[in-house]
Amino acid sequence: MLEIRNLHAGIEGREILRGLDLSVKAGEIHAIMGPNGSGKSTLAKVLAGHPDYEVTQGEILYRGSNLLELAPDERAREGVFLAFQYPIEIPGVSNANFLRMAYNEACKHRGEEELDPLEFDDLLREKMKIVEMDASFINRSVNEGFSGGEKKRNEILQMAVLDPHLAVLDETDSGLDIDAMRIVAGGVNKLATPEKAIILVTHYQRLLNYIEPDFVHVLYQGRIAKSGGKELAEELEQKGYDWIREAANGRGVTA
Amino acid sequence: MTPIAAKEKNDFLPAVRLFAKTRGEGDPAWFAGLRQLAAARAEELELPTTRDEEWKYTNIAPILKTPFRQVFDLQLNGLREKDLTPYLIDETRGSRLVFVNGLYSPELSDASNVSAGVAIGNLGAIPETLSGQLHKHLGAYADYGKQAFTALNTAMLGDGAYVHIRAGQVIEQPIHLLFVSSAAEAATVSHPRVLLIAERGSMATVIESYFAAGENRYFTNAVTEVFAAEGASIEHYRLQEESDRAFHIGTTHVHQERESIYRSCAISIGAELSRHALNVALTDEFTETVIDGLYVVAGRQHVDNHTVLDHRKPHGTSRQLYKGILDDSARAVFNGAVFVREGALLTDSRQLNKNLLLSSESRVDTKPQLEIFADDVKCAHGATVGQLESDELFYLASRGIGAEQARALLTYGFAEDVISKIRLRSVRRQLDRMVLEKLHQNLEVN
Repeated sequence: MLEIRNLHAGIEGREILRGLDLSVKAGEIHAIMGPNGSGKSTLAKVLAGHPDYEVTQGEILYRGSNLLELAPDERAREGVFLAFQYPIEIPGVSNANFLRMAYNEACKHRGEEELDPLEFDDLLREKMKIVEMDASFINRSVNEGFSGGEKKRNEILQMAVLDPHLAVLDETDSGLDIDAMRIVAGGVNKLATPEKAIILVTHYQRLLNYIEPDFVHVLYQGRIAKSGGKELAEELEQKGYDWIREAANGRGVTA
Repeated sequence: MTPIAAKEKNDFLPAVRLFAKTRGEGDPAWFAGLRQLAAARAEELELPTTRDEEWKYTNIAPILKTPFRQVFDLQLNGLREKDLTPYLIDETRGSRLVFVNGLYSPELSDASNVSAGVAIGNLGAIPETLSGQLHKHLGAYADYGKQAFTALNTAMLGDGAYVHIRAGQVIEQPIHLLFVSSAAEAATVSHPRVLLIAERGSMATVIESYFAAGENRYFTNAVTEVFAAEGASIEHYRLQEESDRAFHIGTTHVHQERESIYRSCAISIGAELSRHALNVALTDEFTETVIDGLYVVAGRQHVDNHTVLDHRKPHGTSRQLYKGILDDSARAVFNGAVFVREGALLTDSRQLNKNLLLSSESRVDTKPQLEIFADDVKCAHGATVGQLESDELFYLASRGIGAEQARALLTYGFAEDVISKIRLRSVRRQLDRMVLEKLHQNLEVN
């Protein structure tokens, strides 16, 4: 599904990712953890194609082709989805209109029939059950006046509607209360199928109590410092990130 | 019909002098008298220049350079009901007055479904039973003594619209006043006049539309007076959808009495050069005022909105949201003054002007102005000028929405903030269509 090789990327001339390698197969859930500033969110944004981030070296293959050649909207239509850490508010545009437009763009791209408002409404109501959303959300402006938890649920709703191959969830657990955490995680679990891959970017282990990852990677100074199974997340929870730092820096000194 | 060239201010005056004669003896004495007083002021007053603080950013020279013809007799110039269709509002069916080049058109008007609680009709033919009521208010709020354009309009008092809502009446059917400029060989000038009186405890919705059949050049100099008696509630929409070559100077004066509610939404989409001044006097306690506005301009359009909210007594509440979208080399001016007079305690006023610039050549001059002479008041005001945010565009892109669509959607959303507050669905739809057309954007919504 996704093959990242020796990725170097940064923003405003500052290099943040320094030779990152990662391989993700269909059906897998990968958790990317790491201390603040290690490059987790940069990775998420680079995958989605944020224009402010520049890739200076390396490559990203997505389903066999070069992801970096695609514009952000093309990536989305090809099935890459980023759930934002801080979803953007769009006053004046209803959730229903926004989602239908996004959905139909993907349909057009795949050469499928677009849905009219009534047809789309049926689909949307079905998907809203996944995130236990109230019907009133449909007509509210996208994310405007939403609580932190509502915004994150709205991201998962978008993911459910767009049905991506590869979903990247950037700190989706931040700013959630317990109920919202349960709902968001439940939504992600329902959408995790053998054909899809999910990358969870998270600072805390807590989300992984709800969504069980197949692999856990610790990012440090723009590189994967350690990889393992879900037990690695538990170890991080107990010991913090310091031992990763020490190990990485120690290696740096002896190298 | 007499062609009159108007190269400078005084060139409007020959039409004024001729006009009184064409009206003959039919008008009530007070009506003719008001016209005469205003005509005298029009002779004396200078038209504004950019040296006047209030007109600093709006130069009316293009209006003065154009020779206009005053139309004295109704001529439809082939105008038919179907030409009005894009501007008609479903909810107002059977409750509309139509004026063509400033003159009342009985053929195009349709007052077949007007409620018994309200009288609507032509100011040029006031029924005797209403004469006293209209006399009390006409010219009482729009000051022809000081404003040259208002003096001109008042000096040309003839056809126009009156709406009189009887005390305690709730008029559910909205009333639509349409002012059409129709094609003629030479540029025409008209002076539309509206008088809206809501007596004690009455409620009504009134829509004023200004537009053209065709893309011709003309000048509309409109004055509207609104009187909201104690406990009255008025919803007032003003849709300026003039031709892109037109000039439009409009003034609305609102007088609110105790516990009255005035809500308005003023839209400016058309005209090469347009200005709307909205002056609201909150003359007694516990009044509520909501004034919203939206201007959407492109090409070389110039749009100016001047508003005054004059809190004169305690416990007045006012809310104002004016938003603007500018593309190409369009220019906008916003000047919003809020006065809180001595003794207007516990005034609660909020004002916001937000502008979205879609091009680097567009420009807006915005000036929120707050003058408070009372203690214990809550007043907030602000203005923003911005562009589409790259974060917003990226968010839409990450959902598969292409750059052009994303721009259209965000721009539409910016306008929708104001449009969605409009209660009448047909007005919302009409504006959605016009805003998107103006910005050359294709967006399927609703």
